[in-house]
Amino acid sequence: MYNAISCNIMLVGRFGGGVLVIKYVTKRLLLLIPILIGVAFLIFTIMEFTPGDPAVKILGIEAPQEAVEQLREQLGLNRPFAVRFFDYIYKIVTRLDFGMSWRTKNPVFMDIIPRIPVSATLAFLGIAFATLFGIPLGVLSAVKQYSKSDNVLRVVSTILVAVPTFWLAMLLILAFSSYLAWLPAGGVHSYVGYIMPVITCGGPYGSAILRITRSTMLEEIRQDYVRTARAKGVPNNIIIYKHALQNALLPVITTIGQNFGAILGGSVVAESVFSLPGIGSLVILGIKSKDTPTVIASVLLIAFFFAIVMLAVDLMYAFIDPRIKAKYFKAE
Amino acid sequence: MILQALKNNKNENKKNITDGRRKSMWKEIGKRMIKDKPSLISFIFIVALILVSIFANFLIDVDLVTAQNGAERIQSPSFAHWFGTDLYGRDIFARVVYGSRVSLSIGIITVLISTSIGGLLGAVAAYFGGLLDDIIMRVTDVVLAIPEQLLAMCVVAAMGATPTSVIAALSIAVIPTRTRLVRSTVLGIVDTEYVEAARASGMGNIGIIVKEIMPNTLGPIIVVSTQGIASIMLTASSLSYLGVGIQPPTPEWGAIIFEAREFLRLAPYMCILPGLVIVVTALAFNLMGDGLRDALDPRLKD
Amino acid sequence: MKDELLKIEKLEVIYKTSEETVQAVNGIDIVLNKGETLGLVGETGAGKTTTALSIMRLLPERTGKVLSGNVTFEGENIFELSDEDMRMKIRGERIAMIFQDPMTALNPVMTVGDQISEAIYYHSEKTNAAGIAARVDKVLELVGISPSRKNEYPHQFSGGMKQRVVIAIALACEPVLLIADEPTTALDVTIQAQVLEMMGELRDRLGTAMIMITHDLGVVAQICDKVAVMYAGEIIESGNMEDIFVSKEHHPYTEGLFGAIPDLASEAKRLSPITGLMPDPSRLPQGCNFQERCSHCMEICTKKNPETYVNGTHKISCFLFKNKEDRGDGDEKK
Repeated sequence: MYNAISCNIMLVGRFGGGVLVIKYVTKRLLLLIPILIGVAFLIFTIMEFTPGDPAVKILGIEAPQEAVEQLREQLGLNRPFAVRFFDYIYKIVTRLDFGMSWRTKNPVFMDIIPRIPVSATLAFLGIAFATLFGIPLGVLSAVKQYSKSDNVLRVVSTILVAVPTFWLAMLLILAFSSYLAWLPAGGVHSYVGYIMPVITCGGPYGSAILRITRSTMLEEIRQDYVRTARAKGVPNNIIIYKHALQNALLPVITTIGQNFGAILGGSVVAESVFSLPGIGSLVILGIKSKDTPTVIASVLLIAFFFAIVMLAVDLMYAFIDPRIKAKYFKAE
Repeated sequence: MILQALKNNKNENKKNITDGRRKSMWKEIGKRMIKDKPSLISFIFIVALILVSIFANFLIDVDLVTAQNGAERIQSPSFAHWFGTDLYGRDIFARVVYGSRVSLSIGIITVLISTSIGGLLGAVAAYFGGLLDDIIMRVTDVVLAIPEQLLAMCVVAAMGATPTSVIAALSIAVIPTRTRLVRSTVLGIVDTEYVEAARASGMGNIGIIVKEIMPNTLGPIIVVSTQGIASIMLTASSLSYLGVGIQPPTPEWGAIIFEAREFLRLAPYMCILPGLVIVVTALAFNLMGDGLRDALDPRLKD
Repeated sequence: MKDELLKIEKLEVIYKTSEETVQAVNGIDIVLNKGETLGLVGETGAGKTTTALSIMRLLPERTGKVLSGNVTFEGENIFELSDEDMRMKIRGERIAMIFQDPMTALNPVMTVGDQISEAIYYHSEKTNAAGIAARVDKVLELVGISPSRKNEYPHQFSGGMKQRVVIAIALACEPVLLIADEPTTALDVTIQAQVLEMMGELRDRLGTAMIMITHDLGVVAQICDKVAVMYAGEIIESGNMEDIFVSKEHHPYTEGLFGAIPDLASEAKRLSPITGLMPDPSRLPQGCNFQERCSHCMEICTKKNPETYVNGTHKISCFLFKNKEDRGDGDEKK
């Protein structure tokens, strides 16, 4: 009863200014635009160095010289770099036109759209899996420091952080598909197909979360305010889960956010190993077939997704720590 | 004149004191490292691995790495072939040993490049602030907006799949993280009293950066760099495995597994054993980093 | 009225790490009656806080250990209570503690109101939410904070106000004994006086017994009934206010403490600080712990532990007074 009441107070007190939150989010989203243009510029420039003539790639090596020249003109490849870049951005902004895939000859946007759900599901389940085992086990490990379970968790998490994702995926396939035949080695015809990919990208990531949770909890448990709470007779589990964990969550969330890039990287591997039709495997396909428009568009999309997650992390900060909230949302 | 001499004398004294303290500090850290068994073992393993990779040609015949031998294709691990042989009858253990040259150098060189460039940018950004800081940090933001592995993949795709371009690609991807780390560490130091004292005693910008700031940022940088070698090796091997990094027949660890992936069911040892080597090596670098961190800041331990 | 509330007998506490063993408290005895205020004086590292934490059984679990001795509180041996009893019946309920640094003693992500109501909630299960809220308001008013601020977070309070919140937490359940560990050290001088005065008033109003840990004899003079001077884990001198502030007989260390107080009335140009440092508690010397810094050090001091010289309520552990006692020197015993 008490908890419910205090929770209510906290919620109302914390996000009192709904308008302010919207304002803040809008501001952050606007700030995202230059970053994304920067990302596009960076990738555009890098891919510019890709050896080979795109027109030749599209038409094949045996195509006549005139046809190649004609296509180059048509694609605007003869124009200066800066003009092509601004044209690219202009088309994205005005008509969501990310260009045409050199591999499939479809608009890139159309190639990407059907792949989004797969990647989003994988990333979401991966982060959920990693958080759900990383944080509670990290707390357990810290609270029972130097106990048997702490030692086991420490060893396992330390090793998992050092495991290459593709190798973990291979071991899983070997164990659960080849020998036990419990799970399919690839495809996402049902949710069962997600189990191994999620473990693949969530395992090492969750271990990183476990390790940071453990070390921050160990630090928090030694803080003065924890001693105050014990001195006023608060039960141990409340001290751990309410006082220490809430404070420890800040660095933990930072780690979750910062390593989210790693989970996206991991999902590229997982999609590729388990042949999932996601954006990650599209990037690989694009790179292997030198399909530059597809690569640029996919990377842009992933960067956008990444940035949104980071924004969510920042908002969570304000939700957890009133000091940060006071900094962001000054007027109350 | 006398005043000047006095001042010099004083500086001399101060320098000796700080040097002495630094020496004993590193000694202390060394002692703590030796006490910590996992990091000691890791350190020995890493040194041994580096030695093996340097002297690989004295230990194992180069022919074993490249020569194809139809008679000994796909053989399970045995006394003759510790890790078995691959599709072309090459000794996998020999390939892994020679592969350590590629994999280790990628890890170590990338860390050296990214730490020195990133560290310099970070220190400059933090120390001078203003427009320079803004520019450096905005560029950093852009690069960091792309997941490390994806960025590296793109760079390799553009530059060609050679070890050099993999190193360049990973460096580009890692530099911003080091820039940020050093910038925030330096920002914490710039405002401290000892930097103020150095400035008050007439030390120039470069002197302060070299003598006061760099030694004090060294701790976190060493820890992150040690663990960075592990994560870079993992990323590099992932690139090879995805077929967008170093290409077979170069005996890079990830590439060795890439070649063997079709045989996962038929001859699992081909994938598992080289992978185990990657895990153990990455683990050693991570544990050594952990040990260094605890040694640098023993407060965190109990 | 002279009811015995707290009795510490031969308490010995050590801190043990992989590198060394620190003898933090070495066999101290303290008796505190209901409603009394004891000043526990000594420099940093003398074992004052360790003593306090031992009473609360809040020593760091991994390193801190009570070697021997008893702490009896209201007739119950604290060291024999179950963890649950300790939490429910002692901590926050009957003995409360105020910590040194108000900047870190409060949870930064909880409102001050929540932090105070926790102390009440976990000790009186049957109280309803409204009842708790009313008590929070009352205790906030008691320490001079407007109850309207209870939904604010610690970072919105100044240092002195934070310490008031810490005191409010301690007083929330109206404890019988309040242990204040240097409650004013971290505060500005002007705020120090305010907080101290408030604590004195509250003690008088609520009749709470108090252990005031401090290194400031001025604080002792202002608020205490009894004084115990600690040095290197031992109580080297104890007595009531007159014994300490009026009597001419003192342990050389206590003399030193008084010598180190600036005195507006005297003409002295310099303070006379005690030279040297307290001995390393992991390597205590044989004999008297104060020998190295003592200007009256005799041969016997380096060999045997000092005996305690008793004069009424005044106790001094020093060989300087041994002879007087032996000779039956009646002068001081009137």
